[in-house]
Formats: sequence, C-alpha cells, structure tokens
Amino acid sequence: MGSYIPSTEEERARMLKTVGMGSPDELFSCIPPEARIHDLNLPDGLTEMEVSARMASLAGENRVFASVFRGAGAYRHYIPSIVTTVTTKEEFVTAYTPYQAEISQGVLQSIFEYQTQICELTGMEVSNASVYDGAVAAAESVLMNVDGRRKKKVLISEAVNPDVLTVVQTYCESRNVPLTVIPMKNHATDPEALRKLLDSECASVCFQQPNYFGILEDAETLIGITHEAGAKAVMNVNPISLGLLKTPGEYGADIACGEGQPLGLPLSFGGPYLGFMATTKELMRKLPGRIVGQTEDTQGRRAYVLTLQAREQHIRREKASSNICSNEALCAMTASVYLAAVGPEGLRRVALNSVSHAHYLAARLSEIEGFALVEDSEFFHEFLMTCPIDPIILNEKLAEQGILGGLPIEGGILWCATELNGKKEIDRLVDLVKEAVR
Amino acid sequence: MKLLFEESRPGRGECLIPVCDVPEYALDPACLRSSAPRLPEMAEVDLDRHYTALSKETYGVNCGFYPLGSCTMKYNPRVNEAASSLPGFVQIHPLQPAETVQGALRVLYDTEKLIAEITGMDAMTMQPAAGAHGEYTGLLLIRKYHETRGELAQRTKIIVPDSAHGTNPASAVMAGFSVVSIPSNPEGGVDLQALKNAVGPDTAGLMLTNPNTLGLFDPNILEITKTVHEAGGLCYYDGANLNAVMGQARPGDMGFDCVHVNLHKTFSTPHGGGGPGSGPVGCKAFLAPFLPSSRVREENGKYSLFDPEQTMGRVRSFYGNFLVVVRALTYILTLGRKGIPEASEGAVLNANYMMKRLSEYYTMPYPQPCMHEFVMDIGPLKAETGVNAMDVAKRLLDFGIHPPTMYFPLIVHEALMIEPTETESQETLDAACDALIQIWKEAHEQPEMLHAAPLTKTITRPDDVLAARKPILKYLFDEN
Repeated sequence: MGSYIPSTEEERARMLKTVGMGSPDELFSCIPPEARIHDLNLPDGLTEMEVSARMASLAGENRVFASVFRGAGAYRHYIPSIVTTVTTKEEFVTAYTPYQAEISQGVLQSIFEYQTQICELTGMEVSNASVYDGAVAAAESVLMNVDGRRKKKVLISEAVNPDVLTVVQTYCESRNVPLTVIPMKNHATDPEALRKLLDSECASVCFQQPNYFGILEDAETLIGITHEAGAKAVMNVNPISLGLLKTPGEYGADIACGEGQPLGLPLSFGGPYLGFMATTKELMRKLPGRIVGQTEDTQGRRAYVLTLQAREQHIRREKASSNICSNEALCAMTASVYLAAVGPEGLRRVALNSVSHAHYLAARLSEIEGFALVEDSEFFHEFLMTCPIDPIILNEKLAEQGILGGLPIEGGILWCATELNGKKEIDRLVDLVKEAVR
Repeated sequence: MKLLFEESRPGRGECLIPVCDVPEYALDPACLRSSAPRLPEMAEVDLDRHYTALSKETYGVNCGFYPLGSCTMKYNPRVNEAASSLPGFVQIHPLQPAETVQGALRVLYDTEKLIAEITGMDAMTMQPAAGAHGEYTGLLLIRKYHETRGELAQRTKIIVPDSAHGTNPASAVMAGFSVVSIPSNPEGGVDLQALKNAVGPDTAGLMLTNPNTLGLFDPNILEITKTVHEAGGLCYYDGANLNAVMGQARPGDMGFDCVHVNLHKTFSTPHGGGGPGSGPVGCKAFLAPFLPSSRVREENGKYSLFDPEQTMGRVRSFYGNFLVVVRALTYILTLGRKGIPEASEGAVLNANYMMKRLSEYYTMPYPQPCMHEFVMDIGPLKAETGVNAMDVAKRLLDFGIHPPTMYFPLIVHEALMIEPTETESQETLDAACDALIQIWKEAHEQPEMLHAAPLTKTITRPDDVLAARKPILKYLFDEN
C-alpha cells in the first residue's frame, strides 16, 4: 500500500500551487480525453507485511531439490559466501550504467577486472562487459562477421544447446542471414559435413564445447576446417570447464562466448544469467556491448571509463554494431567475485570434481541393466545415457526422494554432475534408480 | 585503487572446494589447457575489503538523488529484494517439471496479467532481458505479422522520430528493417505532415516513445497511430517513459499494437550498475500467436508452459530474467490499483516542480508543462559564460547529486534531461534546484572552476579520447 512517495498530501498541494495548478488531474491535461483512463482493474495494494507473505507463499509453491543431477544449460555449483556479501552491496545493486565515471570508478573497475578474468579464462585478447545470456552471446557472436556483401551466411552445429540454436535462428532470420545447421554424427559436430557446407560466403561457424550432450568436440579439426574456408570460428564454451580444458585462444578460435551462470550465479529459474563474449584484437571494434577501458584523469591518475563507444547505439543509432544498452553488469560482477574467491586452484578443483563425479556417476549407472552411455566419446560433466523405463516415470520416483534426475531428451537421459554431487549422493541415486527400474 | 591482480599473492586464498571423493578422472592431455588462468589469489578478508572500497566509489540510488533523464531511477524497495532472494525462487532449475514450479509459473502469469492491464494489452512475454531487447522482440512481432500476410518483402521501413532513444533505430536494423527518421515539430512532438509524407505501402511500422525524450506527451497521439494504421503499418510503443502515464493512460487505448516496458525503470527493480534489467513485451491479441516460445497458461488452477502456434522462436534462453520479474510483481502488488496512478502523478508533479523552480535561471526550450522529465538547454548559458552542459553536470557531482542525462535528446544540442521520479521528497528536489541555481551563479562568476569540475571526487575528468585511441581493455600482466 502506498507508492514509496515521501511527500505528504499537504506538501504535494503546496508543490501543485507552485506550478500553478489547481488539481493533480491538471498534470495530465496534455493527454487527449479519449485516451485518459481513471481506473485500472488491479487488486488493491498491500502492506509490506502482506506482500511478504504473498511472495513467500508463491515461493513455497516451488520445489527446491536437495540433490540436482540436471544441467542442460543451467548448472548448480557451490557459491562461496563472499559472493553474495559483495553482490548485495546496495551501491552495486542500485547504480545505473556508469555514464559518470567520476562517481562510478568502483563499478567500472569491477567490469575491467571481469574483462581481464574472461580473457584469462578463454585465452582471448578482448572481452566486453557482458550481454544478456549465453544464447544471445552466441547469436551476437555469429553475426559479428556478417558484412552482408562477401560474408553473408553462417553455420552452427546441431550439437549446441537447443535454446542457443533457437535464439541464433531467431536473430539470423530477422537479419536475413541464412543459417545452416551442421549435422552431427555420434552426437558431435561432423567435420566432413562442415567441410561440405563451408564456402567463401560463410562468415562464421559456431560449435559448443563441451557440446549439449557433454561431449568434447574435436575443436582443433573444426577450427582448422573453418579457417581454411576463410570463416571465423565461434566457440561457445562452459566457463567452469576452462578450469581444465584447452582454451578457445589455444585452439585459435576467433570468438569465445558462453553462458556465465555457472560462475557463482544461482539457478533462479533461468535468470538473471550472464552472456560473456571475448575475441581477438583484430575483431575488437566489431564486438557489441559495453567495454570498459583504462585511461587517465587530468592529473594523470589511473581511471576507468566506458570506451570504444563509436560502436554503440547511442552514438551510431541505426549503424551501431548492436542495439544493446543495459547488459548484465551485476551478474558480471558476480562472476568476477566468484573467480577471485575460488582462485586458479579452486576453479581447477571445481572442474576436476565435476568431471570426476560425472564419470563416477556414469560408471555406477552403467552397472544397471538398460543404462548405457550412448557414445563412448570423451565427455566433461554431462552425458547421454539410455534408460530402460520411461525417463519421466524414473524422475517422478527420484523426485519423491528429493532428487531432480537427468533431463529426458531424445535417445535417453542427459545426466549432469558437478562438485556438489559427491560420492554419497551419487551412490544413493544409483540405489534409488536400481529400485525404480526393478 | 589496486586491481585484484595487483593484490594477488601466490598461494593465498581460502580452500573452498574439498578434495575429490571419487577417483580423479584423467582427461586426455590433448584436451587440457597448458597453464592455469591468472586468477587472483587472495585472502577472503582482502577480497571483502577490495569490494567494500569499490562500493564506496560507486554511486547508487541508496546514496542520493539520481535525476538521470529517461532512466527512471526511483527508489528500489527493500521488500522486492527480500522476495527475490527467497530460496523457493533462487534455487529452482529452469527445466524442472511444471508441477514442481507452480509458484514460479504463477509469478510469470500474474505479472503478465497485471502489466497487460496497465498497458492495455492482451498478451505478454517476459523473455526479453532489457529494454532494447524488448524493442527487438516487439519489432519481430511486427515482422511476423507482415510476413504471414505476405507483405514483408514490401513493408521494409520503420519510422522513428528524431527524438527517439538510439536503441530504437538500432533495434529496427537488427530486426531486418531500414529506418526512416522524421523530424519533430516546433512543439517537440511528431511532425504530422512529415509523418503523413513518410507513410506508405513500404511502411512496416512506427516506433514511438511517449512521453517523448523531451518529457512531452504527444497531443496528436491518436492521429499518429491512425495515420500509421491507415497506411497498413503497426504501432510500437517504447515504454521507457511509462512511469509518466501508468494509471492515467494506456498505450493500448491510444492505438498501439505492441509495447515494451522496462521493469528496471517503471517497476522499481534495481539497475545493478548496467543490468540485469527486464523488458517484457505486450501486444494485442492478433499478435499473440507470434510471441516467443515458453509462455505460461493456466487451466483449472494449474500453470504450464506452451509455445504460441506461429512463434517467432526465442530471444533468450528459458523465461527471461525471472528474479527481476519477482521484484516487479512485489512492487505492483504493493502499489495496487491506487498506488500505480499515484506514482505517475508524483513523478509528473516532481518534474514540473523542479522545472518551475529552475526556469527562472535556465532556458527551457519546451516551456509547456512537462510529464515525468524535462530538458534544459545549456546553449544560452554557454554563449554567455562558456560553461557547457558537461561542466554543469560535472559540477553537480560536487554537490553529491547524480547529474542528469547529458547531450540527449540530440535535437537540443546542450541538453540536460532531468527526471526526478516520484520517490523523492520536496527537500531533495529543493536541494537539487538550489545546487543547480548556485552552479548557474558560479558559471557567471567563476566559469574556470566549472571547466575543471568535479573538484571533490577521487578522480578528476578522465580522458575519454586517450581510452579510445590507445585501448587498454584488461590488466596487462606482462607489463606490470
């Protein structure tokens, strides 16, 4: 109840008088009477106590699973306590985009630190300050090199996350950029199919590492073929996996992008998440979104500002590299605090424990008749496995025991394990699965 | 302030992750990175202090007045934050079965219904993650509409007034259209004759910010939408400035076919130093079949997801910035039927009050009563004293006030755009007016001081040209 308006009725009457108006209605006299309304069909307002109870009741209608073996684009990892402490500081939460550098050095420096960490993680040279999510990052990445004249079409692997594929399709269709899906073979991008599809008009080729099925793509071969045809290689990567895996930079990718959610962001029913994008110096001026740069103030002191703005919509309008304005700054800061809190060794352990738990889980599940890995390829922390009964029924039985099982997809169940799914939890899951299929 | 990387010392840092409790899996060495990323190694205490120091060098709405035009920096109620951090919202996986996330689906469903009522629309999507993302989504609705009628090849142009946000033309291009810019009339509204000349069989639609970026409600709004409709185009309402009119007038009643709203402006969700925001898009029933996938429906009290039959696809993973939607729902439920129009009334009153007080000193290029924001022209002051809009804005920092939006809209060359919002008291408005009046006096008495402002911050004006000419976009480990 109320609208967070500090002024009293009396004060408002005085202010109205100052502006020479007799009634509040006069404030809206510029609106044509035919367009004016005088009531809305909305419920009556609530006091804070009432609204707290209402929201708690809605939250209570959701089931929080103690044990989660599902990923498929959203991953449950341990979030260090310091992350929440930092990212709930009110100045960070309530600031706008840092247009006024003199009173925004804190948020600007944190973005500069984030950009540095993303470059370290991906092995790339330049990072932007974030985009909306991993799928949009992929869409912006594949379109970065389309010039509409010589480079007019793009390719994307069938083995990327289906949401990523749909978003990329939506973005390409609207820009009238032909998009071809590279078929997969054994649940990985087929290099021979890629070779056949490529020609000199291809601007970019996008694949995911590890791919949607958890499988490690032969990135070296895919990028080699891409570059031979004069196209740019876009690698959509899981940032946690880069605690161990060879970086897009080491593979020679031109753009690295991905979903930053695993870096300290909770599942949150799908958002807010974080799209990260990094590239080479060569492509720096094509990178969309905000970028923070280091400079000096008039006294020669180090300072940070939003820079390379000649790419952006508020300067270039219809000629801008993208329409992005707001991004996911606080999520970028979250990722940055997370990476600083775990450090290089912590990140390595998160990656190692995730991959090890996933392999232990796969081995244990394989003991049960009817459960088998669909592919024998190297995988990271997700894998596709057959299921002898209806996966939905299996998951219902697991849910009764507080477990969110793997995601039912075509061909079986896509299982996921992270550092949070320890040996005990996996053993318990396997026992319950055994019981369920008996 | 030192960077994380400068504070890092090898071997420091807390042990947060246990040693693996199953056999360590050895990946093929060919797949492994050759060296560890150079992430900071820091004790938690130093990390905590690092960010506390950064927070002190960051100005949020909690610090003071933030009259940043077109950004609606109203207070972000704490109860919204409390709601959005409930474990039942924060710890649910987006791919959980529908029966286990009924509360979350209901959040999306209820918010859709409430904002549809406020905007006069029939259906909505919560998927867009920001205002510009919403613009893009709305334009895709327009695109799909023309496509299904077989007119897309012909209808290629989006009309955008010159006072529009830069995102409007940029979004139109991303949606595959070309942009026709039309001038404003002397009163700051859409030039009707120019609009009539611009529309035709190639018109896909019009994008209009209303009230516009001068803070003016277009008195010809009904004729504008009629003109575009008669030419076969659709009308898109940029709801960035919805805070001025919510509960007073609805885009849907003015003839608009689709609209985006900024939850991080009008509906009080915080901006996070540049996001996450949320830009839901509403539309009339005839456009609903084209909305992005993963909409929520209700049947007999059960909520489920569905894909509209002719969906455009999707513009983001999953269902958008869900926790931002939770905050907005908390806000709308708090304000309710009376509070929503009270908020717009307060916003318009506060803006007119400031405009009135400042008009004795500063030039108001559009002197009629404004809506939620107004634009001052520093041009005459500059001609008289040499002090420009940038100088005035930077001096305001010394008074502990966030400057207005500078040099926008482009049609006023030395613009300062002030949007006080409804959540500020008369004392706060008076203090800001007093500061601006003092700056006006300083401009006449000691203009040199203003060129050097701010004088009291930890840094003086940074060199933007140097930053762009010699880009340093990350910490250079090897040179330090």
